[in-house]
Amino acid sequence: MSGHHDSPASVQTALQQSVEVRPVLVALAGQPNVGKSTVFNLLTGLSQHVGNWPGKTVERKEGTFDHNDVTYLLVDLPGTYSLTANSSEEVIAREFIIRERPDVVVALVDAAILERSLYLVAELVALHVPVVVGLNMIDVAEQEGVHIEPEVLEAALGIPVVPMIATKNVGVRELLETVDRVAKGEIVCNPKPPQIRQDHQEVLEQIEELIAGCVPAPYPQPWIALKLLEGDQEVTAMMQECLTEAQWEAVHDVLRAHDDALVAVASGRYEWIGRMIRAAVTRPKAGQIGLTERLDRWATHPFWGLLILAGILGLAFWLTYTVGTPLQDLLDTYVVDGLAELAHAWLAGAPVWLVNLVADGIIGGVGSVLTFLPILLIFFAVMAVLEDVGYMARAAYVMDGFMHLMGLHGKSFLPLFLGFGCNVPAVLGTRVIESRRARLLTILLAPLIPCTARMAVIAILAPAFFGRAAMFVSWGLVLLALLVLALSGIVINRLLFEGRRAAFIMELPLYHLPNGRTIGLLVWQRSISFVKKAGTLILVVSVVIWALSVLPGGDIETSYLARIGRLLEPAGRLMGFDWRLMVALLTSFIAKENSIATLGVLFGTGEEMGLAGTLAAAFSAPTGLAFLVVQMLFVPCIATVAVVRQESGTWRWTLFDLGFLLVVSWAAGIGIYWLATLAGL
Amino acid sequence: MKNRKMRRAARSRSRETTPKNSVVSLTALGVGERGVVVELTGGRGLLSRITSLGFTPGAEVTVVQNFGRGPIIARVRDARIALGRGEANKIQVRR
Repeated sequence: MSGHHDSPASVQTALQQSVEVRPVLVALAGQPNVGKSTVFNLLTGLSQHVGNWPGKTVERKEGTFDHNDVTYLLVDLPGTYSLTANSSEEVIAREFIIRERPDVVVALVDAAILERSLYLVAELVALHVPVVVGLNMIDVAEQEGVHIEPEVLEAALGIPVVPMIATKNVGVRELLETVDRVAKGEIVCNPKPPQIRQDHQEVLEQIEELIAGCVPAPYPQPWIALKLLEGDQEVTAMMQECLTEAQWEAVHDVLRAHDDALVAVASGRYEWIGRMIRAAVTRPKAGQIGLTERLDRWATHPFWGLLILAGILGLAFWLTYTVGTPLQDLLDTYVVDGLAELAHAWLAGAPVWLVNLVADGIIGGVGSVLTFLPILLIFFAVMAVLEDVGYMARAAYVMDGFMHLMGLHGKSFLPLFLGFGCNVPAVLGTRVIESRRARLLTILLAPLIPCTARMAVIAILAPAFFGRAAMFVSWGLVLLALLVLALSGIVINRLLFEGRRAAFIMELPLYHLPNGRTIGLLVWQRSISFVKKAGTLILVVSVVIWALSVLPGGDIETSYLARIGRLLEPAGRLMGFDWRLMVALLTSFIAKENSIATLGVLFGTGEEMGLAGTLAAAFSAPTGLAFLVVQMLFVPCIATVAVVRQESGTWRWTLFDLGFLLVVSWAAGIGIYWLATLAGL
Repeated sequence: MKNRKMRRAARSRSRETTPKNSVVSLTALGVGERGVVVELTGGRGLLSRITSLGFTPGAEVTVVQNFGRGPIIARVRDARIALGRGEANKIQVRR
């Protein structure tokens, strides 16, 4: 390493680095649905980097942009209604502001819901950071009959207010100018933070006196006192650590005597907001019924709402099958097979094992990543459009009662339903669920949804065993999978999450036209992240399983995989499986369809009709049924496992899920086998 | 069936007979009815969430949807919020 220091190139980069100044750090804050991602995408475009906040499964987006020869680093804070520690999002947002001290915080507010969206601003100004308010969606506000004078609001708040319409790129330049001037110190923010409601003033002072001098470094003391009164769990735990036992006792006594203080603090903020907007807002037309409410009469109706939801889902699947599946086939025949042929031609003189490794192992693995993409793109796009338009919240509203039975949230429904197409977007789609617990549970349950690949296997194998009754068997298998999903939801929720029920409180945002740029960037990021993270794992596992199936002799029947299958045979004996069925299950780990190919090789015939006949002759009907059941509930394909790992954030939960599915599929298979045997099938 | 009829009857009765200034829970308001929040009950986590969403004493609330069962939709401070009945029951309003 040390030798490199002298090379001219590295000297030059070192020089450049020392000259380069730190970019101006700007944090983008705002409540959900205020157009934060639109603004973020507009400013950073493709320069953005998507990752996770350290130690959290919350998405962290940052990106750079230049303005007036200055480089800015823009960090998108999670969208939160407040800064009280109700979930990890609020903690991330406030810790970033308190610890990283951004040069400017841009607080985006929705002009059509001004009072409510200023609530976050009321919390931000108490943190003593320079805040610029982006007054977004002024066009929507005008439509709703609300007129706002930004200058008057600015004067009242004591911080700059920039009116804008982010979707039409109006006001974004002005926002940047203002951020620039605040960062340079040309505009000094001088807000007067909100006070606690009058009747609790004394209590607040009491708390402040008790904790004076004991608040750890970057935290402002008045803010800590306020959060203690609000009953913030993180701050309470922190102060309990910092204070002596006697001191904490005193604080605790005051807090216990005023456990209603939380409402007083929130009321104080809303009183402050009321004073700020009194002069700035006029609403001549009160109580008119907007488009959103008219649409919602249908979209959230207990009957019509369900019908609309069914229609939208039908459309999503129609799109998948008419566009996605043919594309998938095209990719398979032209790109994957083409690449394999190319590899054969290129490596003409090379040893056979190398040719096979490249053509079957690596290109096969790459192929399974690649052929996932068309379906993924469509599902990501559907999810992004529904989210951006504002429909997602309505779907959640309509389905909430049903999903709650399983300890899930209304928002779990759509991702799970998309799982019928493919489990991968189902798991990735759980990002719309705010509650961490409901999200994890949805991720764990998603592999139980029968995806198209599983259904394809069932569609080929069911007629082999059951002839004309195959259709009823297939429907029965789907129902079984859904039943198992519902029961698993109830059981996991009871056992692991103590049956807690997430409170159902959710905003129904205004409907608006979808923004192409926002949706496009979202689809792009999700796809890239799938290829990068999940793709690597899929490739590695595919190559390993391929290697196990050809080593040492090049023949699957004498391969290591077959030996593993024979080793595991006793477990399968319980329902009449032999080692070949075990190997078929093992190879389904790469992709579900592989089961068919494996059975074709092992039973000595590639043709489906021939295979069907051989299988029916080799196994009894109960064994066939049990095999179908296990196929249906077995551990998902490696692509799904990869995203479960990615989205749950730990191997612990991923392995738990795999173990759980293994046990459930085996138990169900054995149960069905004995039931069928007893019934004399 | 009978149960539902009784519930509906009870609802309309309560709407007719309760005087104008009475304090009721948010679920008791019919569609289009307005009330002013007077009291909030419930655990700290729930309170923190509903207050930040705009339900604080003095705030005006209009019920947008209420089918007598299932979650309700209420408008508060210009935002439409869907609440489970359990959550809505913890918000006391003066109609």
